[in-house]
Amino acid sequence: MKEKDVPQDVGIAEGIKEVCYAVDDEGRYHLVPSAGWEPKNIANDQAWELLDQQLDAVRQRVLAGELSLLAFHMAKNQMDLALLTQYSGLFRWRIRRHLRPEVFSNLKKPLLELYAALFKTSVDELTDINKIRNFHFRTPTKELKV
Amino acid sequence: MEINFIHRQSAHCESGVTANLISHYGEQMSEAMAFGIGAGLFFAYLPFIKLNNLPMTTYRCITGGIFNRTMKELGVSVESRKFRDQELAMETLDATLARGIPVGLQTGAWWLPYFPPAYRFHFNMHNLVVYGRRGDEYLISDPVFPEPVVCNRIDLMKARFAKGTLAPKGKMYYLTRVPDRMDLQPAIRNGIRAVTKVMLKTPLPIIGVRGMRFLAGRMELWPRNLGEKKALLCLGQQVRMQEEIGTGGAGFRFIYAAFLQEAAILLQDDRLKEMSSKMTAVGDVWREFAVVAARMCKGRAGENESFTLPANILRECAADEESLYRELAVIVSQ
Repeated sequence: MKEKDVPQDVGIAEGIKEVCYAVDDEGRYHLVPSAGWEPKNIANDQAWELLDQQLDAVRQRVLAGELSLLAFHMAKNQMDLALLTQYSGLFRWRIRRHLRPEVFSNLKKPLLELYAALFKTSVDELTDINKIRNFHFRTPTKELKV
Repeated sequence: MEINFIHRQSAHCESGVTANLISHYGEQMSEAMAFGIGAGLFFAYLPFIKLNNLPMTTYRCITGGIFNRTMKELGVSVESRKFRDQELAMETLDATLARGIPVGLQTGAWWLPYFPPAYRFHFNMHNLVVYGRRGDEYLISDPVFPEPVVCNRIDLMKARFAKGTLAPKGKMYYLTRVPDRMDLQPAIRNGIRAVTKVMLKTPLPIIGVRGMRFLAGRMELWPRNLGEKKALLCLGQQVRMQEEIGTGGAGFRFIYAAFLQEAAILLQDDRLKEMSSKMTAVGDVWREFAVVAARMCKGRAGENESFTLPANILRECAADEESLYRELAVIVSQ
């Protein structure tokens, strides 16, 4: 890759530049900052879109009363049952129980606080079903061309 | 309390930390040199390891491999520790900083507040250097960021004790003894030899040059075996693994070309310069793969584009790299 060809297509990095290795006209290597690259942006958008679809599927089940809010926050934080078990120190069966809406709505404060801390949020956010309606991982970047 | 540590941005966290720590104690070392001596270049297609439910491909060696190999080759002594007790881990970090020693940490990127939200994954192999503390804020040289950053004590503690795959368990490391004169020439030769060996001679079909061909074959079968939608997701994942932050472009091929260029000067061998140009050319072919793959993901493929097209580009990479490693193996054996 030539120095002048180092792509500067702003994507998910939000302006933070990473280093690319590229050659100058004499073939010598230099470290050149790059704002991003379209093929990469497309691949990243694709990955986030998939996560957002998965999140939406969980959201629908939560709104339909099949799953508790905990399921939504797990998906939002990209945590599966195994990871949340490790972080919380709770038994897996206990967390699985908390995925039932009627159990979750009766949880005591200390448990809610534990979950809220792991999800870097507040108990109010954690238990408010209206807060989940409009959350999306990210708006797709502007129409990209290759 | 602040150690006079020079932050240099790098493409990749581990080679960056390795080079920056060595440079702190004397001789300047580039990231590319650390990557080359550490024999970082690799290829493996690991369909049984899933990332977001998609098969994983890696272009670099096992995590920690670059650091360990470079230090061993250059005769640098390293002290490395893991912890159970989180408070003790932070106190030990403080005590080591107080002795004026910059400390490398393995962390989970999820908990680092200075990461842009779109990069926050549960990824536990992120390396950085702590070089000071101001109250509750730690001064951090995170090699993939342009400038030094800060992170408060609570977040850093969480990052050091992130859970999940390859959990860091509070791992910290620092250099205890660096030789006055480091003999780079043999280390470079050994590093190149290690790469050629693993890329050409690993007796597993999913590793090295054979792995690229294996992936090419599988790729052609993806649409039939997985369905068009998942096949495209797999293809997109390939692009991300190859180009995502930390590779310097083309799945580390450009960094390696930069290393070969430096090696040519240090070993006074013009053939290595030629190898560097060839590696750059291979890297350009990898970039072409990413362009084609992304176009397919975006649904912009022409009518004649099937998965055979990117697969054939991979085969081209495999053929080019194979002849390159054979030549390299001859050069370093002399």
